[in-house]
Amino acid sequence: MRITQGTFSYLPDPTNEQIAAQVKYCVANGWAVSIEHTDDPHPRNSYWDMWELPMFDVTDPASALTAVNECREAFPSHYVKVNGFDSSKGKQTTMLSFLVNRPPHEPGFYLERTESQDRRIQYSIRSKRKISNEQ
Amino acid sequence: MATIDTSHKKGRWAAGVTPYAEMGYYNTSYEPKATDVLCAFRLVPQDTVDPIEAAAAVAGESSTATWTVVWTDRLTPHEEYKAKCYRVDPVPGTDQYIAYIAYDIDLFEEGSIANLTSSIIGNVFAFKALKSLRLEDMRIPPHYAKTFQGPAHGIVMEREYLNKFGRPLLGATVKPKLGLSAKNYGRVVYEALRGGLDFTKDDENINSQPFMRWRDRFLFCMEAVYGAMASTGEIKGHYLNVTAATMEEMYERADFAKELGSVIVMIDLTIGYTAIQSMAKWARRNGVILHLHRAGHGTYTRQKTHGISFRVIAKWMRLAGVDHIHAGTVVGKLEGDPNSVRGYYNTLRCNTLEADPTQGLFFEQDWASLPAVMPVASGGIHAGQMHQLLHYLGEDVVLQFGGGTIGHPDGIAQGATANRVATEVMIQARNEGRDFLYEGPEILDKAARWSPELRKALELWRDVTFDFQSTDVPDAVGTLTI
Repeated sequence: MRITQGTFSYLPDPTNEQIAAQVKYCVANGWAVSIEHTDDPHPRNSYWDMWELPMFDVTDPASALTAVNECREAFPSHYVKVNGFDSSKGKQTTMLSFLVNRPPHEPGFYLERTESQDRRIQYSIRSKRKISNEQ
Repeated sequence: MATIDTSHKKGRWAAGVTPYAEMGYYNTSYEPKATDVLCAFRLVPQDTVDPIEAAAAVAGESSTATWTVVWTDRLTPHEEYKAKCYRVDPVPGTDQYIAYIAYDIDLFEEGSIANLTSSIIGNVFAFKALKSLRLEDMRIPPHYAKTFQGPAHGIVMEREYLNKFGRPLLGATVKPKLGLSAKNYGRVVYEALRGGLDFTKDDENINSQPFMRWRDRFLFCMEAVYGAMASTGEIKGHYLNVTAATMEEMYERADFAKELGSVIVMIDLTIGYTAIQSMAKWARRNGVILHLHRAGHGTYTRQKTHGISFRVIAKWMRLAGVDHIHAGTVVGKLEGDPNSVRGYYNTLRCNTLEADPTQGLFFEQDWASLPAVMPVASGGIHAGQMHQLLHYLGEDVVLQFGGGTIGHPDGIAQGATANRVATEVMIQARNEGRDFLYEGPEILDKAARWSPELRKALELWRDVTFDFQSTDVPDAVGTLTI
């Protein structure tokens, strides 16, 4: 399966040039670029591991791209995403977030159904990789 | 107002009928206070009626006055409580006038749209002395705005909750809007969501009919939502319409949606302002996003000389506390002049606005950090318009492609994928600094080379447009359409 989180997941995986162009857009808007990675891309996993701190003072897209590549080399089988963060009043949130690395095989998710009375079902999504790690 | 003989002036407090303008409801030297609620009315007086007196009558009857002098005014600080019409401007080339009226904040109960509207629009629209009357805009002072809850979550919280950033959200209304069984209805939801949409939606008139009862729909839709979440790794939602005949029934349906794990529920504007405010409190209390369909608004928002502008409805709904509201598409099948729509979108999304006649904004507006409402564009839009949609509507919007998803020749999921590809490729191009409005068709064609879903959508719909003259265009703009 192909996880479709992120701003550009329905496009072909981005080239270095395309990543650099998006980083440039973030920097031009005054947003801090940050990099995060995980082996558990559960849709409600809000806190992926941070690759260093957000680059609040970096204005050079090339150095941000270097950091992206360092993270990808360190965790080739992790999901890696690049975020643009806007600290201005009323936003104070992520403005752009796109995947720049995927594991060679994406294990995907199980959908667990717990049946109860009145035809009610309680749904739960579990990451397959997490389950296989536990076993 | 009555027809009166003013040949011999009577004293201010003499019994009988005195023109409203002479009773203090017209005062050009009045300077509105920062705490005043301000209104702009478009009025057309009857041929024999002086426009100043007509405007003063609107001020009077929407605040303290009645048709004749009452001595009991003198038991109150009536100068404070009188609404004051402080300016009347003719609209060039028409029989219309814009009347600006200031209301003291104490005239309104805190946090009550019902009270605000009963005052401002309660009586005056049926005045015999006016041919027509339209509430064009209101300035809600921060002092009053802060007495409302405002949107249950707002755009920032919604995006963080859904983990979706940097692009318009995508939705589709399930079609046909009436007649599907619950199981078939859920199939449409599943296909559209797994194909790439973020949301699907009940239509405004899907409540609990003989062919599909609400509880059955909710169960099948949530099976579909979770199935699509597991197959994409994204958070998905279906706007479960909880509109019902009573608050008790709406709460029951909303509670059930929450228990099944739905991230969002939906209500119709037809339930009324008080019910909307109650549901907004419910939505914040329960962590569920609240979508509002503006069902029925066209009956009073569309005509330029009578009714209420949608920009006023947008303000009331931001105060009332909905997270989503349908606000026009510009390019789709429903009414929406581009400049007016920009004014609506800015009203819903910005924290502060300047007066801007080209957008139909008569006043400045400071929302004092009340969360923003996500506008929803729905009705006759398709992937081939993506460059125009992004240009006119921006990225903090839900684009809803109903027919434009479900009508795809290869299937619903393929229709959804076509819309998602078109969205992402246009955002990518914009961020890369390209002139996407001009180059849009070329950008889409290039993506269609590797996306068969988009290619089919463009072949089918590219030439579909809805070019009709708008009926509601700001005065400063004249009759401009795209």
